[in-house]
Amino acid sequence: MANIISDETIEYVGILSKLELSDQEKEQAKKDMGRMLDYIDMLNELDTSQVEPMSHVFPVHNVFREDVVVNQDQRDEILVNAPEQKDGQFQVPKTVE
Amino acid sequence: MAREYETVIGLEVHVELATKTKIFCGCSTEFGGEPNTHTCPVCTGMPGSLPVLNKQVVEYAMAVGLAANCQIHQKCKFDRKNYFYPDNPQNYQISQLYLPICHDGWVEIETEDGKKKVGIHEIHMEEDAGKLIHDDWEDCSLVDYNRSGVPLIEIVSEPDMRSAQEVIAYLDKLRTIIQYLGASDCKLQEGSMRADVNLSVREKGSDTFGTRTEMKNLNSFKAIARAIEGERERQIDLLEDGQAVVQETRRWDDNKECSYPMRSKEDAQDYRYFPDPDLVPVIISDEWIADIKSRQPELRTEKLERYKKEFDIPQYDAEILTSSKKLADIFEASAAICQKPKKVSNWLMGEALRLLKEHNQEPEDLNFSPENLAKLIQLADEGTINNKVAKEVFEKIYSENIDPKQYVEEHGLKSVSDEGALRSVIEEIVAANPQSVEDYKGGKKKAIGFLVGQTMKAMKGKADPGAVNKILQEVLEK
Amino acid sequence: MDVQSLTAVRLGEKIKKKELSAVEAAQAAFAQIAACEKTYHCYVTVEEEKAMEQAEQVQKKIDEGQLTGPLAGVPVAIKDNMCTKGILTTCSSRILGNFVPTYTAEAVKCLEKAGAVILGKTNMDEFAMGSTTETSYYGVTRNPWNPEHVPGGSSGGSSAAVAAGECFYALGSDTGGSIRQPSSFCGVTGMKPTYGTISRYGLIAYGSSLDQIGPVAKDVADCAAILEILAVHDPKDSTSVKREDTDFTSALTGDVKGMKVGIPRDYLGEGLDSQVKETVLKAARSLEFQGAQVEEFDLSLVEYAIPAYYVIASAEASSNLSRFDGIKYGYRTEDYEGLHNMYKKTRSEGFGEEVKRRIMLGSFVLSSGYYDAYYLKALRTKALIKQAFDKAFEKYDVILGPTAPSTAPKLGESLEDPLKMYLGDIYTVSVNLAGLPAMSVPYGIDSQGLPIGVQLIGDSFQEKKIFRAGYGLEQAREDQDLLAPVLRKEGR
Repeated sequence: MANIISDETIEYVGILSKLELSDQEKEQAKKDMGRMLDYIDMLNELDTSQVEPMSHVFPVHNVFREDVVVNQDQRDEILVNAPEQKDGQFQVPKTVE
Repeated sequence: MAREYETVIGLEVHVELATKTKIFCGCSTEFGGEPNTHTCPVCTGMPGSLPVLNKQVVEYAMAVGLAANCQIHQKCKFDRKNYFYPDNPQNYQISQLYLPICHDGWVEIETEDGKKKVGIHEIHMEEDAGKLIHDDWEDCSLVDYNRSGVPLIEIVSEPDMRSAQEVIAYLDKLRTIIQYLGASDCKLQEGSMRADVNLSVREKGSDTFGTRTEMKNLNSFKAIARAIEGERERQIDLLEDGQAVVQETRRWDDNKECSYPMRSKEDAQDYRYFPDPDLVPVIISDEWIADIKSRQPELRTEKLERYKKEFDIPQYDAEILTSSKKLADIFEASAAICQKPKKVSNWLMGEALRLLKEHNQEPEDLNFSPENLAKLIQLADEGTINNKVAKEVFEKIYSENIDPKQYVEEHGLKSVSDEGALRSVIEEIVAANPQSVEDYKGGKKKAIGFLVGQTMKAMKGKADPGAVNKILQEVLEK
Repeated sequence: MDVQSLTAVRLGEKIKKKELSAVEAAQAAFAQIAACEKTYHCYVTVEEEKAMEQAEQVQKKIDEGQLTGPLAGVPVAIKDNMCTKGILTTCSSRILGNFVPTYTAEAVKCLEKAGAVILGKTNMDEFAMGSTTETSYYGVTRNPWNPEHVPGGSSGGSSAAVAAGECFYALGSDTGGSIRQPSSFCGVTGMKPTYGTISRYGLIAYGSSLDQIGPVAKDVADCAAILEILAVHDPKDSTSVKREDTDFTSALTGDVKGMKVGIPRDYLGEGLDSQVKETVLKAARSLEFQGAQVEEFDLSLVEYAIPAYYVIASAEASSNLSRFDGIKYGYRTEDYEGLHNMYKKTRSEGFGEEVKRRIMLGSFVLSSGYYDAYYLKALRTKALIKQAFDKAFEKYDVILGPTAPSTAPKLGESLEDPLKMYLGDIYTVSVNLAGLPAMSVPYGIDSQGLPIGVQLIGDSFQEKKIFRAGYGLEQAREDQDLLAPVLRKEGR
């Protein structure tokens, strides 16, 4: 396997993606990701030096809204699925020490 | 010999744009609603919701960029900045990294050391985050997404500033430009203008930059000045101790006058920017740029010159009047109504500024209608009220925007210039103050002042001072 | 013929002629659900009460002449990644196990306006990540042709429900083949339209630049009729395209004379099951026999589509799925210490293995130092793939090929080796990368009795050509009503 994923890398990816893995899951994730990256490395066979990265397939551009208020108060609907709420707000674990 | 250090400062200034709606949805941007009442599926990151760009945001961003001598990226795109935080409902912020709308501009600032250009690296559009309130009783935080999705522009300067004084001159310059464009009210206290300071120090004469830190949570010019001084000292102390400055984000605590590192190990600061697939590119034609330019209102420098020419206002006064768009607007509107620009200028330069200072407010907070100031000037000019009363009435206009005519009427503040009534009061005063009369007749002409004062007092301030003087002299010369 | 065996269009006709009411149609669907759901498990949520109410209202509007469209009164199933107001929408994930949206996806709204009756929400691979519908948190869906086999995925529930007669048509979504592959596996017709044709508003995003909603139905005519209803410009979706040529049913002529059909030689090589290959060639001969010009050609770059796809889709997914954090909706872990621990535990418990795998891969390819090497490289590859298709469509009206390399595998065979499973997308993903329309049409049955679909790919906005060729193929097919055993008289 050309791509060896280190413990640090898996730890780092866990922080970025907010996922917590058990040791066993980590080992599996290292293997899976390494294998997948080996496969993806196939793209290096292609000479893309003359090609612009394409994020949108069609040349659609300038899609705008006019600056007009259309939404009414819908707080109850916005909060209805919240796991925890208080005083019309979403309740979360404390964000400051 | 102690080493000499130079401070190198660059600024990231966030400005909330004065649009009616948010950047990607039709929710109101109005300040101060009940929590989460200005929200919808888009600005709360509901699954399946999609953003659609508010055209006005692009136009304001272009206008600011053009006024700050920027180039416009005629194809610009939005990118996602990925990080987890509860005030960020999608856990990514839609911003611009790779192709910001404006780049490579400058503004000119003036300090005691003279004029100088500060480079603008770029201006990009992005969405604001929601608000977190900390509930100490329940040991939790509460999230309000009313501000989530309010449009911002971030103006990133080059590291061209060297002192707090330059930073404040730069901020003031930006603020004036943006206010003149009507793109934002730029209130630091309310957070519609926010500045993050990137600061490093280096030995004088060095041409490489030191390691910089970023300081956040600066909500007044004074706090910015203190934070710059504090951070400069902290960095110099580290270097003098042989330690290294760590590149990090720090939070300024203006009460304690010191700063703290802001991030924990859970914040990797790796934002994984990539083009937002939900938004399409913005293509800006030459015609669009020309259109924005043609709609650009008169900016401060032009206005200042015009005031001097058109109204014969001295340089200093013109500078003050144009220092705030609000002040200039009131000046022009009042002057147009009463046709007495100099008098309007005097009122604004004198009483208005005095009251602002007294109330610790900024010119943007002025809240009275120019019609009322014009009416007041008319009343004073006609002699309907005297100066003293006029000042009292102005305070009322300032605080409650009352109609001066009606107010004077209702409170019986009109000057008494009716000769008969005045003459009898004056005759009484003269009779009651023989000593003063004697002094006056003995050549002490100043003694008349005392008698005028007594008359005004008896008239409860409403007498026309001109008339009082005239009649008093007649009575005394008898 | 039993009601369940009717196509959506034929059922619509009967309702229009008052031979059947919308209520009776819904009752027939629920009867079939009651009979089959235990075996196949096509649905995450069945909404009988609401559906019956809706059926009554729709019938009233039909009677009053307010609803006159071809599909008024026809019951539909919706893939569980499209938001439905008041109906649980889970994406087959634990993390959305209790999510009841307060808004309805635009595509579903279009159907409702046309008089659709919503039966419920179909099972899928969790967040549409998978090719078998086995990654659903709510259990697997089984193939109506043989319950030992998977229905394909990720729209496996939608395809299986159509095949089993548990609905008359369904909506699926297709990011890398998620409509076409299960349609092939279940012997139904499924189409992914040109990117931007159907609004994505309310579709819970997996890979936003690739996702597209589309119809799953019993035949080509159904797909054309459904797409006519769905192809509406939506100002709420910035990538929605204004189209004028949306009279898709006009292409159902049965005449393919003069059409130029290309078969990519690279689609017929190693890795393709011989029976699938034979079916594709049989379809080619049929088109040729009907007067089309068919030839093989080299498309090129076929093998690069999968790596490019997994980089782009995973990167977008890692960002799209970050909103599931236990704060605004969905699952939140029971015990946690502080904010970051809450995030991590919620997401680790809420997401399944395959979803986590793709989120991590996506986070990695976007992370500092790897963005150019992986993400930009993939976007450049995408541009090359688009160029290859552009070149092909200079010459051909449609491209014909297999939908999947094989027929439906047995349950449990695919998940052991993710990479091998990904390779099954080889003929479908490039279509998503290039934003093209494509349709899978059932064309044969293999020796195990499992259906085989062939894929027709068109140039951007050329759905009509696909419908024309597809309808031609269907009309000339040996087995006219390629129905699953459960819907065939002799099968019961």
